[in-house]
Amino acid sequence: MKIFVCIKQVPDAKDVRLDPKTNTLAREGVQSIMNPYDQHAVEEAVRLKELLGGEVTVLSMGPPQAEEVLRQAISCGADHAVLVSDRAFAGADTWATSYTLAKAVQVIGAFDLLLCGKQAIDGDTAQVGPGLAMRLQIPYVTCVQKVRQATDSGLILERMMDDGYDVLAVDFPALLTVVKDINEPRVPSLKGKMRAKKVEIRRLSAADIGADPACIGLPGSPTQVVKVFPPEARCKRAVFTGSLDEQIVQLVDSLQSYL
Amino acid sequence: MLIIDTELCIGCGVCESNCPFGAITVVGSWAVVGDGCTLCGTCVEACDPGAISIEGADKDAPLDLASWSGVWVYGEFRRGALAPVSLELLGIGRKLADTRNVPLSAVLIGSETGEAARQLIAYGADTVYRVDDPALAHFTDEAYGAIMTSLIRQHKPEIVLAGATAIGRSFIPGVATTLGAGLTADCTQLAIREEDGALLQTRPAFGGNIMATIVCPNSRPQMSTVRPKVMQALAFDGERQGEIIEVKPSPEQLATRVRVIESVVSEQDNVNIQEADILVAGGRGLDNAQGFTLMRELAASLGGAVAATRAAVDAGWISYPHQVGQTGKTVAPKLYIACGISGAVQHIAGMQSAETIVAINRDKDATIFDVADFGLVGDLFEIVPKILRQIEERRKS
Repeated sequence: MKIFVCIKQVPDAKDVRLDPKTNTLAREGVQSIMNPYDQHAVEEAVRLKELLGGEVTVLSMGPPQAEEVLRQAISCGADHAVLVSDRAFAGADTWATSYTLAKAVQVIGAFDLLLCGKQAIDGDTAQVGPGLAMRLQIPYVTCVQKVRQATDSGLILERMMDDGYDVLAVDFPALLTVVKDINEPRVPSLKGKMRAKKVEIRRLSAADIGADPACIGLPGSPTQVVKVFPPEARCKRAVFTGSLDEQIVQLVDSLQSYL
Repeated sequence: MLIIDTELCIGCGVCESNCPFGAITVVGSWAVVGDGCTLCGTCVEACDPGAISIEGADKDAPLDLASWSGVWVYGEFRRGALAPVSLELLGIGRKLADTRNVPLSAVLIGSETGEAARQLIAYGADTVYRVDDPALAHFTDEAYGAIMTSLIRQHKPEIVLAGATAIGRSFIPGVATTLGAGLTADCTQLAIREEDGALLQTRPAFGGNIMATIVCPNSRPQMSTVRPKVMQALAFDGERQGEIIEVKPSPEQLATRVRVIESVVSEQDNVNIQEADILVAGGRGLDNAQGFTLMRELAASLGGAVAATRAAVDAGWISYPHQVGQTGKTVAPKLYIACGISGAVQHIAGMQSAETIVAINRDKDATIFDVADFGLVGDLFEIVPKILRQIEERRKS
């Protein structure tokens, strides 16, 4: 059983702010972390490996420092790590990113299952997983909340819907995106940490994956950001006065239109 | 790729201080680009000497953009009804279509869709493409995606909108990839750019801390998923005329590799918190699962649904579909009542677009009060029952 997991290094959300004066990202003290959903994807891959045997390969498209999250994944039980990195990938939107990852996957080799987090918390698009599956011409299931049954040939899954969930069956090869309900990621073992330090990370450039320059990075991106600005501040504010009981009356008065 | 012309660069450092990503540093007498560069172009505008340019940014637009015309809305149909967001999309879709002076069409995919096509017309569509087949009773990415892709290829609309629902966010990215079309997720504002008629798609990023406006200059259709509750549906007009075009799906389109075994509606609560007008949310301050009984009472009294913070979900007091925030759902109800919620940024990211926010918390310094329109400091177990009584009394009188 060969399982690939796509992971992304993202800025920790609690640190990200636009400087109101300059309209630029305040960058002091911004920590980088493994995208939270991807931690669940790595965990699920390792669990399936423990159940069915095989190997887990993690890959990430990003700058050289994205190596950190690949090593973190190794410490949590992944076997191999691949960094897909090239200055030419900069400015990629989800279309160009899924192209790049698909090319990388084809170079890395055959697989049974590809796992991704539901979305990355910096862009929140949830588009790369489905895009990647389309390019690889394999079926996909998004927002998987539970693997009910796993065999050498396929899976039975629960996929989160807005009003409940669907139970689905899919054969390998397939791609899943996972939500955090699927599992509780483990804490890295000491042995895992040792391995993470020493493991050799394979590097793939744009040339290595045979990428068409017109399909990667900014030139390959159909969407372009034309403006970045801070969200409108919430302004209406009411302060109630008096005893708590009086304040409750005032509150319910204020909410009259919703009753 | 970002190109710095070292002949022109004077090493002033304006680009360095303007870069939102900290990717440029002045080394010696000129600017050097680092790996963090996302090619956002802020530095290009900021550079007075004109020393910075982006290679590949000025791609020639394909000549046939003009052959794509019309605005489309995906009419999401599930369990015998249209998703409310689809009607909201017809509202904004109508505006966009009128500005562009083109027709507005809806695509309806499902089984036993009954009056849904007529409804789509009553809410603003000029044309409805109805694909009604027993094999489409359950949503699958493959069949729905193949049908949508083929209809778009055939009719070439310039704009395609879908709800940012579990279904829309799942199959629309596949469609966009196949079409080579730009897709913007979770839009909260849509407008037409006057100069060239392009669709301006505005969406929150970085957990709502930043807004970004996005265009698709060289590809068609321009595709967006749009969050529920941010657009306005038009009033129902039963007299409105429109055309319903029946489309027969091909056997290849209906063949799927993912098989639906069953489709389960959530047991006790309404978990579709993104479509609820009123949400009563509970956090760590509820102390235990019992605390949510009170939340359910208030929600029932207001005709709303129950939401929760990650802390409450992780503690096992309520199930994950109720979670609001960065690793849960993003909601924009008319009224959000936050009870015993301290206001972690990850939670606020998921609910700050609510029209009115009420916070009830024991700690007067809790950050939730920073985003609240109305705040009450005190014990929620004392306050909420009193609110319930107040509401009851008013309803009686």
